[in-house]
Amino acid sequence: MKIYGVALLAGCFLLGKILGNMLGALININSDIGGVGFAMFLLMLSSIYLRKKGWLVQESERGIWFWSSIYIPIVVAMAATLNVKAAVSGGFIAILAGIGVTVVCLFLVPVIAKIGRKNESES
Amino acid sequence: MEIINDVIGKNGLIFAFLLVGVIMLLSAWISKTFTQKRIPAVAIAVIIGLALAFFGDKKGISDVSIFAGMALLGGSMLRDFAVVATAMGADISKIKQAGLAGTISLFVGVFVSFFVGVVIAISLGYSDAESIATIGAGACTYIVGPVTGSALGASSEVIAISVATGIVKTIFLTIATPMIAKRIKLDNPHSAMVFGGLLGTTSGVVAGLAATDEKLVPYGALTATFFTGLGCLLCPSIFYLSLKLFGF
Repeated sequence: MKIYGVALLAGCFLLGKILGNMLGALININSDIGGVGFAMFLLMLSSIYLRKKGWLVQESERGIWFWSSIYIPIVVAMAATLNVKAAVSGGFIAILAGIGVTVVCLFLVPVIAKIGRKNESES
Repeated sequence: MEIINDVIGKNGLIFAFLLVGVIMLLSAWISKTFTQKRIPAVAIAVIIGLALAFFGDKKGISDVSIFAGMALLGGSMLRDFAVVATAMGADISKIKQAGLAGTISLFVGVFVSFFVGVVIAISLGYSDAESIATIGAGACTYIVGPVTGSALGASSEVIAISVATGIVKTIFLTIATPMIAKRIKLDNPHSAMVFGGLLGTTSGVVAGLAATDEKLVPYGALTATFFTGLGCLLCPSIFYLSLKLFGF
């Protein structure tokens, strides 16, 4: 049943959000601190565990895959409902930050690739 | 006409499915016909989305009553739900294949992206931790930005900037990768995994590698699939709190 997968996803989602909000309350910041990240982590762990136990069959997994495959369309819908008019003045930031980040990270590729190689030759 | 408006009004979410489906189809066609798939269809679709938002006001196109369902489909609940579901694609046992360099590249990639985004946001006049963190998160990927933004309660305008930042990153990466590949020695699986971990924006990584050398795509995608998850974990938590500690 696909709903088993969706239910697992929903459980992880809510638990992660609750954790995130609890963490926020704990440090007196009224927001969700990393809830989505926690939820993703929970889903990864629980799916590995349940798969090993043989309780997560492919049919159930498909319920999760559906939502995973629909996230880009959802992001498109979200983009269409943002306050873009007010954001136009920030367009310059978007271009500067988008290009700046990419350039910096691209030049880090050979640096970090080197670190990895050194370790490989040591082992 | 009234009947049509009435049906659409009552079934807004369903209409949103149709509309977004058409946008996806259109952007796939644009990507194929006008850019030889060089610019990923995903990036084009999000740009069309942002452009549509101009037809409305504070809530983008959903301010126009027949498009109200878009706010339901694109709201933070369904979005976060779908983003969490993508964790299924990230097989944690594969992180071993990525090795130490791949793992380091992921953490460095998320940190550096956030950091550069933050520095630019601050230098251009943003001063509250929520907005700065959201723009920094957008510099990670166009998913991490809005997830962080709505978790921290940033304004819709700032979230729009963060999405745009992520999209610029994706498109620029797609164009720049084949041009710079030789200089950064991006010609082997090992470098491709580091590349995927550092840049992280999956559609850009895949499109950039495909334009460089098809064989490298799976290696880059392997690490990149973890990037958004790691970003959603770190940006609204440790990174945001560090900004607070520094007095923003």
